[in-house]
Amino acid sequence: MGENLLEIKNLSVEYHTDDAVVYAVNNISFEVKKGESIGLVGETGAGKTTIAKSVLGILPQLQAKIKSGEIYFEGNDLLKLSEKEMQKIRGNKIAMIFQDPMTALNPIETVGFQIAEAIKRHNKIKRQEARERAEDMLEMVGIPGERYRDYPHEFSGGMKQRVVIAMALACNPELLLADEPTTALDVTIQAQVLDMMRNLRQKLNTSVVLITHDFGVVADFCDSVAVTYAGEIVERGSVDRIFNNPKHPYTQGLFESIPRLDSNENRLKPIKGLMPDPTHLPEGCRFAERCPYATEECTAAPPEAYEIEPGHFVKCFKVKEGEK
Amino acid sequence: MTPLLEVKNLKKYFKTAGGTLHAVDNVSFTLDRGKTLGVVGESGCGKTTLGRTVLHLTNPTDGEIFFEGNNITNPSKHELKKLREDMQIIFQDPFSSLDPRMTVSEAIMEPLLLKGGMSKDDMREQTRKLMDTVGLAERFEHSYPHELDGGRRQRIGIARALALEPKFIVCDEPVSALDVSIQAQVINLMLDLQEERGLTYMFVTHDLSVVKYISDDIMVMYLGQVVEKAPAEELFQNTLHPYSKALLSAIAVPKYPNDTKRILIEGEITSPVDPKPGCRFMARCRYACEECKNPQRLVEHAPGHFVSCCRYKEINNIRENKEEKVNE
Repeated sequence: MGENLLEIKNLSVEYHTDDAVVYAVNNISFEVKKGESIGLVGETGAGKTTIAKSVLGILPQLQAKIKSGEIYFEGNDLLKLSEKEMQKIRGNKIAMIFQDPMTALNPIETVGFQIAEAIKRHNKIKRQEARERAEDMLEMVGIPGERYRDYPHEFSGGMKQRVVIAMALACNPELLLADEPTTALDVTIQAQVLDMMRNLRQKLNTSVVLITHDFGVVADFCDSVAVTYAGEIVERGSVDRIFNNPKHPYTQGLFESIPRLDSNENRLKPIKGLMPDPTHLPEGCRFAERCPYATEECTAAPPEAYEIEPGHFVKCFKVKEGEK
Repeated sequence: MTPLLEVKNLKKYFKTAGGTLHAVDNVSFTLDRGKTLGVVGESGCGKTTLGRTVLHLTNPTDGEIFFEGNNITNPSKHELKKLREDMQIIFQDPFSSLDPRMTVSEAIMEPLLLKGGMSKDDMREQTRKLMDTVGLAERFEHSYPHELDGGRRQRIGIARALALEPKFIVCDEPVSALDVSIQAQVINLMLDLQEERGLTYMFVTHDLSVVKYISDDIMVMYLGQVVEKAPAEELFQNTLHPYSKALLSAIAVPKYPNDTKRILIEGEITSPVDPKPGCRFMARCRYACEECKNPQRLVEHAPGHFVSCCRYKEINNIRENKEEKVNE
């Protein structure tokens, strides 16, 4: 680990619909080091997937607007590249795994063809060679190479997700964006897939941005965590800091809402209320309405991200003032 | 005291082109009033079918169901209607289980209308009370489901299930589609309702942290059969069946550093179509041997703790005759 592979600076993304503007991502900054795995955690609508799509340049063109920001990948601002240049990066240096393996695969092509297609797209090699590499990829994710000619419907959910992972890793990407890669899977299969991804990561030294709502998966797989809420990163730090010393009231609230296997709490402590409507975000701190510590200051203007320990950033006035 | 619900050797088979699919195979359990039975297992283990069969949403192939001591295995149409008042269900997906063209109050009032015998004003009054009970503000009365978020929609589902004041509710993954902070709100609501009304729940889920939190007893299912059943705490402390062990160890616990040792099971769930008579987990079990090809029986290891594995004593280092654990 060392230099930054990916650096996102002040990214803001909006979706324009017929009757409103959705502020999906608001002034987000974070970086991913070489070989690092970062977990983007948050609830539905927090903007996690939009961040990943912005990096790959696959936001819906008509509605989405990147308001501001830069996305540096290996030193180049991806937002300034032409579509042709992006195509060389997409699937090659940056790959993505989508949440639902059932819809990520083409039902009328064999899985082997789909993996080989990605390889051929980015490498000048013969068909036979691409085929061999696709078979190797299948083997690497634990699927017998003979199943090259099988169609997606012939695989179970867990196997399909493996195929999708094989496809994403086929060109040996530097950066892997994994959007809820195990959410659709059963726990035992989730454990298998995470285990496999961990091994592959070690072998290929791929950096990973893992998007999830499951803190358990983060603890299992990531080096650092960014907690997202209403399009912002409210807290960011190493897994150790976030799990053992969470500072933002939202992060703390999330941890308290999870039923724990290791304790015998009699009652969960849910966060009251709901996430604000992304078309009408509050002026001040986005979490103030649900926050037990909120004061007038919090509703007046949004807090900045304060670095309370090296690498541990928190967007909260109370934390800055050391009241908490 | 007779248990509220008693299920004996319940079977539900489906005929498919490839053979007979054993969705629920010889499941027996009792459930006392005011308690919660958690049913866990992976997709395709028959947990949802079990819940639906108990409620007669689908008819059992074989076996018996007793509710408050009465045999309700083959109810007449009239009896079934009466039963529906006592037994209800909350569905997994609050997005597809509500009629998109019914407002919140219409949806909650529907069961009252179907039961009949209430004046319109009384029904309205009752609907308001129900909305209040599940924490839906009055201003949502005329909203449609698509205008509400998942948590509120699930509250409508709960209010509908409560409308006829049932004694028993099957909760089929009621919080799986919800975000954690909302999930906690709904779980707390369900626990409060249970305490206030003495409800009995059968809680079907794949989320093991939730099930431990909410259940008195937990039943682990694999391919239509119960492999282990125990009081919640006991199951987690003293897991006996190799499948339960693997399942529990596979949970991603939100803790760091996390030193739990994973027991990875190889492969995937086998087909429930025309299964062989032996242990169904055998194909993936690291302890499988010749003996496992014989049909397995659920034996009571400790009071209330049942396990269906012929080698469980050996695997867990339990000496014959002495029910104590020996340190390795």
